[in-house]
Amino acid sequence: MENQYAIEMLHITKKFPGIIANDDITIQLKKGEIHALLGENGAGKSTLMSVLFGLYQAEEGIIKKDGKEVQIKNPNDANALGIGMVHQHFKLVECFTVLDNIIMGVEPNKFGFLQKKEARAKVLELSEKYGLHIDPDAYIEDITVGMQQRTEILKMLYRENEVLIFDEPTAVLTPQEIEELMQIMKNLAAEGKSILFISHKLNEIKAVADRCSVLRKGKYIGTVDTKDATIEELSAMMVGHNVNLHVQKEESVPREVVLDIENMTVASKMHKNNAVKGVSLKVHRGEVVCIAGIDGNGQTEFVYGLTGLEPLVDGKITLCGEDITKAPIRKRLLSGMSHIPEDRHKHGLVLDYPLDYNCVLQRYFEPEFTDKFGFLRKKNIRDYADKLIEQYDVRSGQGAITIARSMSGGNQQKAIVAREIDKNPELLIAVQPTRGLDVGAIEYIHKQIIAQRDAGKGVLLVSLELEEVMDVSDRILVMYEGEIVGELNPKTTTEDELGLYMAGAKRDEVKA
Amino acid sequence: MLLLLQYTLIFASVLILVALGGCFAEHSGVINLGLEGIMVMGALGGALMMRYAPDSFGAFGMIICVIIAAMIFGVAYSSLLGVACINFKANQTIVGTAMNMLGTAAATVIVKAINTATNPNDVSSTIQYVDEKKAFIVNIGSFEFSWFMAIALIGVVVAYVVLYKTKFGLRLMACGEHPQAADSVGINVYKMRWAGVLISGLYGGLGGICYILSGVSEWKFENGVAGFGFLALAVMIFGQWKPSRIAMAALIFGFFRALSNVYFGFPILVALNIPGSIYNMLPYIICLIVLAFTSKKSRAPKAEGIPYDKGQR
Repeated sequence: MENQYAIEMLHITKKFPGIIANDDITIQLKKGEIHALLGENGAGKSTLMSVLFGLYQAEEGIIKKDGKEVQIKNPNDANALGIGMVHQHFKLVECFTVLDNIIMGVEPNKFGFLQKKEARAKVLELSEKYGLHIDPDAYIEDITVGMQQRTEILKMLYRENEVLIFDEPTAVLTPQEIEELMQIMKNLAAEGKSILFISHKLNEIKAVADRCSVLRKGKYIGTVDTKDATIEELSAMMVGHNVNLHVQKEESVPREVVLDIENMTVASKMHKNNAVKGVSLKVHRGEVVCIAGIDGNGQTEFVYGLTGLEPLVDGKITLCGEDITKAPIRKRLLSGMSHIPEDRHKHGLVLDYPLDYNCVLQRYFEPEFTDKFGFLRKKNIRDYADKLIEQYDVRSGQGAITIARSMSGGNQQKAIVAREIDKNPELLIAVQPTRGLDVGAIEYIHKQIIAQRDAGKGVLLVSLELEEVMDVSDRILVMYEGEIVGELNPKTTTEDELGLYMAGAKRDEVKA
Repeated sequence: MLLLLQYTLIFASVLILVALGGCFAEHSGVINLGLEGIMVMGALGGALMMRYAPDSFGAFGMIICVIIAAMIFGVAYSSLLGVACINFKANQTIVGTAMNMLGTAAATVIVKAINTATNPNDVSSTIQYVDEKKAFIVNIGSFEFSWFMAIALIGVVVAYVVLYKTKFGLRLMACGEHPQAADSVGINVYKMRWAGVLISGLYGGLGGICYILSGVSEWKFENGVAGFGFLALAVMIFGQWKPSRIAMAALIFGFFRALSNVYFGFPILVALNIPGSIYNMLPYIICLIVLAFTSKKSRAPKAEGIPYDKGQR
């Protein structure tokens, strides 16, 4: 009987110091199928794929390609076996053309001189065959993220890889692009390519995968045919218990305005133009306003301008009736602004400080934490941190004296959330508060955000995750190229409509 | 006027060669601040060759041997940068600075030792090459053509072809822009960076010997190369890391450097009654101004200065 599996990973065990990342995992990828690998962050999906791609060596277990046992010691071995991978963070050189990126590493050449003509023809042919619509002479920095991803796909196809690994490919795409990607993946499978699709988004898996293997905390839970499984079943397999995928919340009761932004304009650091162009909006007490949009449409600069990390070119910001347009950051924070920053490592924590110091970063100067001679009251700081740790369930190796760097991403984020909420702010600005967190932590943070809203605070949420936008917010403002192009009600709009706004295909004139 | 052109071209040649050296290193992802030191070493190699080469070599043999000696010294010295920054992941700025200090100091010590050994009363750090220098010069009318002008031109063409038309160039630049991407397609980043650094040493050494042969016929090694390595870095930045633009930038800087040598030949400039030292400062002042205004939009290779660590993904 002919072997029906393209890749078999049998009883793979991979340990890291103190943790078993993969514990006796078996996955069999059939030829021509799309096989999803589902699991929360930290479930061991990436480790398993890294083993397959030769980035790590497994302690136990074997890998078989077409029924024959193989050794994969580095990515070159994987390439030689026809295994290709689209990494989560693209491995593309931005100032090179699409073609250069595709041929890099396997350049057709005569005596070392590049021969691009044939390569170009081959790339165009492949692009045509799979409906990728790529321009080989465009520079990577000029094309959309979706196109960049297609360049990565073409890289694999150009190398005639048979097994394609997609590592969370949809995280960076718009809904329309995701749809197109799904179609491309189906085309590839129809042409006989075998696809491993890593994701924690259930509806995508349901839409595109033939079978799905689930990992949880490094262990193999099972493999199911996706057409026989419901999303709820898959979700329960993934987290081990039933999760409420949707945020429970009451109808919001907006009250007076807490934040009023008029005509905010912020310059771009990268380019000569403005990243935020005349944005006006209001946030009321008791509502969650969400700024939605694809990454890089000015959201970051908007938040920088609002929180004082960047000066405004133009515009006015009023917080609780007070003009804070030119106020320094500390003034803003003392006036009742809390900020859960986008980049928790850069703006959220001092990574090499212990947790207790991180908890008082904005308050260390208060009499409670500093005595009248200017010395820190360490005991008070420690007690305060212990209180937050207890109250917000922040888990760390050594409690308050744990160095922030050594904590997991989820707990770092929880610590920041605790610090920002415990300040009892008037306005909570949360920028991608759940980025990179697992389902449990996401649920927790969403609950905290809703709790703030219900306590009568204003919440401004900036998010790239459509589900989060739809679930948590009471009002959605879509940002596209630095402007607010639409105001939507999450109850009446659909993800597709939202996607059209986010991609700039649709816009309204919006007044604050 | 002809003199101005001649000096412009010869100084531009120095700057082109050294800046191209910097360009190769930076495209591979290593900032080479040690160019100054590499120039001194290249100059030392060439000068020693001129001093010890037998007359039987003839003019052509002399040129070849001196150039090769300068290149070998430059490459050997640049390997210090390679070992420290690529293998041991040291801070590239500090290593480069150390190399500059070491370069001039070591050359001075070596030359003094040689001088004292031949003549106990001679404690100078000077090497003379009055006759040897003539091999490099061809008189066309009153214009002194130096072979280095041709070499610099060839250097530009070679750099352009290597960077943009070869497999090696594509891989080298990938390592300076996005080493993880290069690694993921099976390119050995460490090897490419070593190649970049060594080529940088080759060009830098060449530039060094070109510099000390540019005007005078003896060189006092205590003087180093008067900041030309840094000037070349400015030229490289102004030239946006592209060989053809580097050549243009070098001509501009070369022109101002040349002015300080020949300004007294122009009655207008003399009439201005500006002290000579102002002219001497001119290239460096221009350098500051140019960098202040162009640095903002300059596009350095993205990953330059960051040691590559295979473990970080």
